[in-house]
Order: sequence, then C-alpha cells, then structure tokens
Amino acid sequence: MLLIQCPYCDDALPELEFAYAGEAHIDRPQDPSALSDEEWRDFLFIRSNVKGVHAERWRHINGCGRFFNALRDTVSDRFVTSYKAGEPRPDTSGKEPAQ
Amino acid sequence: MTDFRVEGRGRVNRAKPVSFTFDGETYRGFEGDTVASALLANGVHLMGRSFKYHRPRGVVTAGSDEPNALVGTTRGKGRFEPNTRATIQEIYPGLTTESQNKWPSLKFDLGAINDRLYMLFSAGFYYKTFMWPRSFWDSVYEPLIRKAAGLGKAPTEVDPDHYASRYLHCDVLVIGSGPSGIAAALTAGRAGSKVVLVDETAEMGGTLLSEPSVSIDGRPAWDWLAGAMAELDAMPNVRRMTRTTATGYYHQNMIGMVQKLTDHMGDVPEGAPRERMWRVRAKEVVLAQGAIERPMVFDGNDCPGVMLAGAAQTFLNRFGVLVGKQPVVLTSHDSAWYSAFDMADAGAKVVAIVDTRESVPQALQNDARARGIPIHLGHTATATKGRLRVAALRINPVHNGKVGAEKMLSCDAVLVCGGWTPSLHLFSHTKGSLDWDAEAKAYLPGHKTEDVHIAGAGRGLWGIAAALEDGTKAGADAVRSLGGSAGAATFEVADDRTGSGITQKELPTDRSPGKAKAFVDFQNDVTAKDIRLAVREGMKSIEHVKRYTTNGMATDQGKLSNMNGLTIAADALGKEAPQVGLTTFRPPYTPTTFGAFAGYHKGAHFEVTRKTPIDDWAEENGAEYEPVALWRRAWYFPQAGEDMHKAVARECKATRESVGIFDASTLGKIEVSGPDATEFMNRMYTNPWTKLGVGRARYGLLLGEDGFIRDDGVIGRMRDDLFHVTTTTGGAARVLNMMEDYLQTEWPDLRVWLTSTTEEWATIALNGPNARKLLQPFVEGADISADAMPHMSVVECTVAGFPSRLFRISFTGELGFEINVPARHGRVLWEKLWDAGQQYDICPYGTETMHVLRAEKGFIIVGQDTDGTVTPEDAGIGWAIGKKKIDFVGKRSLDRPDIVAKGRKQLVGLLTDDPKTVLTEGAQIVADPNQPKPMKMIGHVTSSYWSEVLGRSIAMALVEGGFDRMDDRLHIPTETGGTVTAKVTGTQFYDPAGERLKVE
Repeated sequence: MLLIQCPYCDDALPELEFAYAGEAHIDRPQDPSALSDEEWRDFLFIRSNVKGVHAERWRHINGCGRFFNALRDTVSDRFVTSYKAGEPRPDTSGKEPAQ
Repeated sequence: MTDFRVEGRGRVNRAKPVSFTFDGETYRGFEGDTVASALLANGVHLMGRSFKYHRPRGVVTAGSDEPNALVGTTRGKGRFEPNTRATIQEIYPGLTTESQNKWPSLKFDLGAINDRLYMLFSAGFYYKTFMWPRSFWDSVYEPLIRKAAGLGKAPTEVDPDHYASRYLHCDVLVIGSGPSGIAAALTAGRAGSKVVLVDETAEMGGTLLSEPSVSIDGRPAWDWLAGAMAELDAMPNVRRMTRTTATGYYHQNMIGMVQKLTDHMGDVPEGAPRERMWRVRAKEVVLAQGAIERPMVFDGNDCPGVMLAGAAQTFLNRFGVLVGKQPVVLTSHDSAWYSAFDMADAGAKVVAIVDTRESVPQALQNDARARGIPIHLGHTATATKGRLRVAALRINPVHNGKVGAEKMLSCDAVLVCGGWTPSLHLFSHTKGSLDWDAEAKAYLPGHKTEDVHIAGAGRGLWGIAAALEDGTKAGADAVRSLGGSAGAATFEVADDRTGSGITQKELPTDRSPGKAKAFVDFQNDVTAKDIRLAVREGMKSIEHVKRYTTNGMATDQGKLSNMNGLTIAADALGKEAPQVGLTTFRPPYTPTTFGAFAGYHKGAHFEVTRKTPIDDWAEENGAEYEPVALWRRAWYFPQAGEDMHKAVARECKATRESVGIFDASTLGKIEVSGPDATEFMNRMYTNPWTKLGVGRARYGLLLGEDGFIRDDGVIGRMRDDLFHVTTTTGGAARVLNMMEDYLQTEWPDLRVWLTSTTEEWATIALNGPNARKLLQPFVEGADISADAMPHMSVVECTVAGFPSRLFRISFTGELGFEINVPARHGRVLWEKLWDAGQQYDICPYGTETMHVLRAEKGFIIVGQDTDGTVTPEDAGIGWAIGKKKIDFVGKRSLDRPDIVAKGRKQLVGLLTDDPKTVLTEGAQIVADPNQPKPMKMIGHVTSSYWSEVLGRSIAMALVEGGFDRMDDRLHIPTETGGTVTAKVTGTQFYDPAGERLKVE
C-alpha cells in the first residue's frame, strides 16, 4: 500500500485514505462556448497517459477532504512529490526516482 | 511398527508424547513434531498421491516448500482444511489428518491409471486432448476436468473460526530467523532500533536447528542460539514472532504477515482468533530467508523415500528422526555430504554417496571413508526401484558424456541435493531485479526498489560464519540508513560446514529419455520430458514454457522446480539460463487462508449496512428489504398470504385512493450555503436558481461535463444563501465529491460551504388525496393549505412539535409532502402519523411501490432509466435546462456533434399489445422480429411494472430515435423464444395533466 503525502495535513498517510481524481493541470475553460468541438473534445477526453512522471489529482477523501496534486512515476508507482491545488507543477528534474 | 526416533537427537519434547491420526490410524509423536516428522518417526513416507498421475508420493522437504506431503486436517466441525503441508502442521493431541487425491485408498489408488495414460496428460494436454468434438466440451471434457482438477477437497461448511488483523510499525523488520536474521536483529536491537524478527516455523534458529555441531563464540550452536534468543527477548525494543509468514512485500516497505495462532493447539481458548494478518510498515527490511534446496531430476525421482538431503538432516537434528536406516546420498553439492555424515553418526548405514561431480574436496572424501561410506564420483542416477517406498537406486558411471554400466544400490531412502536456490520470492514482489550470477549459477538480488537489505544464503553466501557476518552487516546497514550508528558484530565460528556445488539439467541416462518419468515439478506432475516437448512445440520464453507445462504453477509456486525447469528449458533451447528469463513470483509466499485476508470483514461486518431511523418500525411490521447502495430499504410490506405483486398492487391503490406513508430518509441531502450559494448552484445544475424564491423548490438536474445525466433531486431554497439539495439515494457521496471538486479546484473564489446532511434528517413522505388532511393537525408555524403552500414549495415549521423542513412535492403524481425532522425524532413522528392515519386507512409502502407510482407518471430514476450516456433531451427532460444560462457543468457538451445527431437513444413509453404482459427490464428491442439473426437491437427496456391504477402493464425504454417512433410497434424477443409486441408512447401514463396534485 502506498504512502501518500497530503500537502494540507502535511503527513504521509496510507493510500486507503485517498481517492485518485485524474490528470492534473487541466483547467476548465473560462468560456466553454468559445471552444471549437475539437478543443472541447480535447478538454473532455484527451489525456497524456505518460510513462514516467505523471501530474495527477488526488483527494484526501477519508481525511481532510482536500483535493491536491501529486507527481507520481507510473513505471515505479512512486510518488515524487505532492503539492496544493492551484500551485504550479514543481520542477523535479534531477530528483525523480530511479526506475 | 518400526521406530525411527534417535535417542539424544532433536529438539522435540520427549516428556510429552502426542497421539494423532493419519488416514484413521493412530500414531505417536512428541510435542514439537510436525505431522511429517512424526509420521517419518513411525516409518511412514507415503503421505499422498500426486495431482495428475496419482503417483504415490512421500515427503520431500522439511519446510514450507513441501510439494508432496499435503494433507487434510480436521480441527472439529467446520474446521476441515485441505492441502496443509505436513511439514508445517504441528501435531497436538487429537489432531486428525488424512491423505489426498486417492481412491479408494492411499496404497491402492484407481486414479493411478492416469500414470499409464501418460500420453493424454503430457505438456499442453488441456489444449490438445480436449479440442474436439465440440459437443464434448460441456458434456464430457468439462465434467471430467472438474472432477480431476484441484488438490484435495474443498471444505463444504462455513468456517466458524474468526481471524484478526493488526497494523505494526517498526524500524527494522527481519524476515527469517536463521543465523543471518538473528545477527541482523541482534545488531539492530543493540543499536536501539525498534526491531521485529519473524519466522514461519514454531521455533527460531533456521539452519542452526539443523546444524548443532557448529560452534559459535566458543559455545555449541544451540547454546549460542538460546543465548541470542534470551538477549533479544530482554530488549524491550525487539519483538519476536514465530509461526508468522511474511506472505507479501508491497509498496513502501509494507509487508503482509500471517501469524498462525491456534492451529497447533489441541485446546483452543474460547474466542481465540485462528490467524492474525499483520500489515507491517517497516522503515528498513532485512530479508534473511536463506536458500531452498533443489531436487535432482532423474527417472523415478518422485518415489516415496526420495527426499532432499538437507531435509533429512533437519528431520534428524531438529526432530530426532532418521528418515531411513540405509540411505543413499545422491548429490552435486558438498552440503549433502554433511547430511550423510550426520546420518551415519546417528546410526544409519549410509549405502553410498553418489556425486555427479568428478572432483569433490578431498577432506569430504576422507571424512566419508573414515565413516566407511562408499563413494561414487562422476555417477548419474537412472532409475529407482520400489513403488510405495524406494527399495533401490540405479546408478551408472559417466565418462566423457558416455553413460556406463548400471549398478543397483539397495536402500530405504535416497537423499538428493541438486544445489541451492536463494529464496528471493519476497524480493521479487518488490520488482527488485534478479541478476544471473554465472559463478553461483543462481539469480541473486540486483537493483533494489525498496529500503531492503538481503543477507546470507539469499545472496548466495554459504556457511554459518558467512551468514552471521552478512547478517550483522545488514543489521548495521539498516540502522545507518535510519540515521543511527551501529557496528557490525564479530562471531567466532568453528566446525563450520562450507561448500559448493554445481547446477545441472536432468541427469544423463543410458535408457530412452522419452520413457523417463523424471519429475521437475512434483506438485503439478511436470517432467523433464514435458519441458523439452514444450520447447519443441515452439515455446521459447520461460513464461510460455511455464504456462504450457504448468511447471511452477502449483501452490508452491515452483520453489523446488523453477530453477531445474529453467535449466532444462535453457538446455533445450541451446541458450544460457538468463537468456530464457525467469518467471515472476507473486504474493502470497505460501498458500494463505481466505480468512486471514478477510479478517473481520465477514458476515454482518463484510460491508456496512446503513439503516434509517424508521428501519426498526419497518422490520417490526414485516417489511421485505432491498439493498440500495449501502442502505437497506423497505421494499414492500406484505400482509398475510401476499406475494410482492399483490402487496405492491395494494400499496399503490391505497396511496392513490387515500394516503400512503413512505420512508424517504435515504435520499442524499447536501446543504449548500454561503453568499455565493446561488452562483454555485447556477454553475453546477442545469436549472436556473437566481429567481427561485425563498420557500420554493425546484427539480434539479446535474450533468457531467460530458453532458450526460449524473444525478437529480428536488432542491429547496431555505434562505437567500441556503439551499437544501437532495440527491438520489446512491448518488449522495458522488455528488458531494463532484461539488467539492469544482468548488475547491475550479472556483475556489466562491464563498460556499457544502455539508452532507443525509443522516441529520429523517424524511417521511405522505402521498395521496388525504395527505394534507392527515398532516395539517400536526403542523404549527405554517399554513399548508393549497393556496398558501403550492406544489413545489418548502417551509420551516414544526410537525408534531419537532422542528421541520416541510416540502410540498410529489414523486407519485398525488398530493404529496415530505417532512424532514431531525433524525432522532423520525420514528416518533412516523408513529404519530401512523396512528392518526388509521382514519384514512393509511398504508406504508416500500421502494417497489414508489417505483411503480413514479413510473406511472414517467418520472425517471437516474441509473435505471439512464445509463451514463443519456442527455436531458434524450430523457425527455430538456425543460430542466436553463436556456438563458451562459454556462453550467455539461452545457458545452450539449452542442457536441454526437449529442445533437439523429438516431440517439431516447426515453419513450411502451404499452404492450397484450395489457397483461409485463416486459422484462433489460430486455432488448428490435424493429423487425423477422430479420435474420443476429438481429439489430435498437434499444432496451429500462423500467417495467404492472400498473394497478391503469389495469395494465407499463414500461419505459431507451430506443434509437424513439421520439420519432410514436405509435410505432416494436418487438421484444423474450427468453422463452417468443416475441412481445408493444406500441411506442410518451412516458406519462397516468394523469398527464397533473390534475391529481390539485387537491384542496
């Protein structure tokens, strides 16, 4: 079972307390009606599906209830870091986990 | 019966004799014996029949890697367990055991005919034998396979035991209590780390228990061991756990361990759990699991009496049992020579040591000669004699690859050693790499993914001194990784038994290899020939060979067979072992009970059952229940002699004619409050909320961003900044999560607070023309007359003196009220209304009647009439969309090309031509019943009921282009081969004008 660092509780807690919530940094457009069908399709459905470090959303659903973002390596299933919602993706070059 | 117990040897408690039974016969052993050691002490080697060929089999190992000696154990009613390893199960007075896979008896088994039908069962037989004819699949092959498949008998009764579960946190978890594990635990413990040391057997010591002649720090091994245990037990920071198997190694040093608590006890304390699952989070892990001895692969190597040399040494030194009085030792590793010496010193007449190697250390040969043991170097073994017990071993010299003349060695046991495989199953669970070491001819731990240290024989090291040294180093490394300081201890070891050996494929023979039954995997009955056949038939990767032959796929996960199988496959492919690869080990390390995994989660504790405050009343009044999400809800209230159909018809009629009472407490409720509550509601729901006045209610529709219906419910405006939102029973948590998501991450600027209030309120629905008459006398603080309180409104008042949010709404088409009171008052209010309602013949109804009444009105149930691909337009509730709203969740998607395209499935009504026919929910719909199969299905029935008030059946269905098919006739093929014809209609079957809401 993974340990996940909740940036709000500032504690590493068991995976059971958390729920995955999809890829991070996909903002809902300010004016969806201004988007073309293709742009809206991309917003709805197109995800990066990376092999490697993936920015993703988690919710500490059985804890503080907050949504936050995390970087996780999809190959090793290791968390690199986690950070609060709204913060930019941290630069982790050079300190990503070995695979 | 001959006694094979040796005086002065072993650690069993001779003062405590223990009687138990095996196949109905009583045997005696001592406290500390396993079933295997006790049976061997009585001269019993034959302990089971093999899986496929039903060949007689004896015990091969002395530990958890045992493939053959699997027995059924009975510990009282309901406590039968198949496939217990006789080498692990400790005996206690009254233990009942039985052999498996035999009929009619262990010594005479008719299933052994399979042994003569070898051709039918060779590699890949599943794929070849059972192909044709097609008609045989169900009638012949499957019953045959089902009958033949499986080891042992599955228990038939519910397990009466209970199983416990705990978490444990420590600095250093040491798995395996041989010399390396003990040294690691001592070193880390002395440094002050919180240490847990576990071992799967009943006693710690590992190899030391089998090697009493070694001395450590000037003391005999067992004295040193006792001292080490005492020192560990004296440290408050060290915990020792025996009978505890580390079954799986998971992410971030989470180790699952199963501790057997009572399986070794004759008198089990009342209420004691049978096993306990430990979930251990260790900062550092030391794997000190040693190595597993490999059998030799030759014709007849599965004959009872053929066993691993190391096992024989363990049975002798740990249990005081001589496994044979005239053993032959057959080996390619030095270690078995020591087994021979111990056997000889204990009184056995060792017939010979046969070594496949031409060169063996002179010291060993001298020691053998000193004991009068004949030596045959450079020899192969080509057959065994004896069926239920080995009687002779056939050996031949090998010179320059040529097999010479045979020689028969009469014996009562053959002790084999084909080298040692580092036990790295747990390390493999971590996806740590196993790298081929050409020198050791073994896979050794390579790249690590976890904070883990591997010590001793697990790293290919050999001997007690090396194990101790490596163990203390691993312990010190672990402490240093934690930021502590620890020095490695030093140990003075004398009379150590070091050695080396070689690994080989099946032994060469002068006979036809095609006729040899040289077993690689004893448990799955896989021979060397099977593996070569698999390679000939095109299996190139070890993963393919494994699946084609089932080598290593038995419950022992190939602990004995994987390396031999790999060596033979590599030889057949003409490659080196590392090029052929290695199969992956997966948890659990050894077979584990379902009970241990389930823990407390069984029976009523398997899943939470949510109950409303009125649930007790329903139970007292004979309700039948149905599960809805985690809730149990009253389904209907049958009276004497009524089935569901009759009860529901009566409940529907009573509600439409007078008044029905319904427990709606399970409805999800979310309080949306704050200065920006209206804006938030506007963005979340399709409907407009700005102009909804305080005290009014509105049907709210929630979409996903993809435009499909997610949830619905009536929403009341309590104040300018407070909405009382209701959701579907099953959708409450999902809707709250979605709201929180948007509020926290998309619109964090909105000043809104969301509170789940589902369980704060008991909700009682009154429906029917007499609903107001019944309710009115209880209401204070509000006028609920038709004029003052129109349909779709809400008021705060008291009902029967309880503070209430009273809604006038209807999910039945009748005059309706939903009374929300604090949950603790729910049952009292229900009973007051119940008593007062007697004058109106009030009728309690359940969810089935609720479903019928709403379907008569064409109200949808999200998740029943919608399936995650249905838009508001598809469902015929486009009116719920605020047309002037610029944006809401899902709005943009309603213009997507596929959403506005023709031919979408739309929700329509269906009226069967025969009004008595009630369609099956989920039934598929076709336009032309005469088209060839497979027919084009254009939709399915979503809701279907008998409508008592209409005197006929009604149904709703999602049908392609349904709105354009009004009055068309569609066809619904039935399970019985017939076809029902129905007319397409709207979905409002009853009172489409809504006249019935207008009760004064």
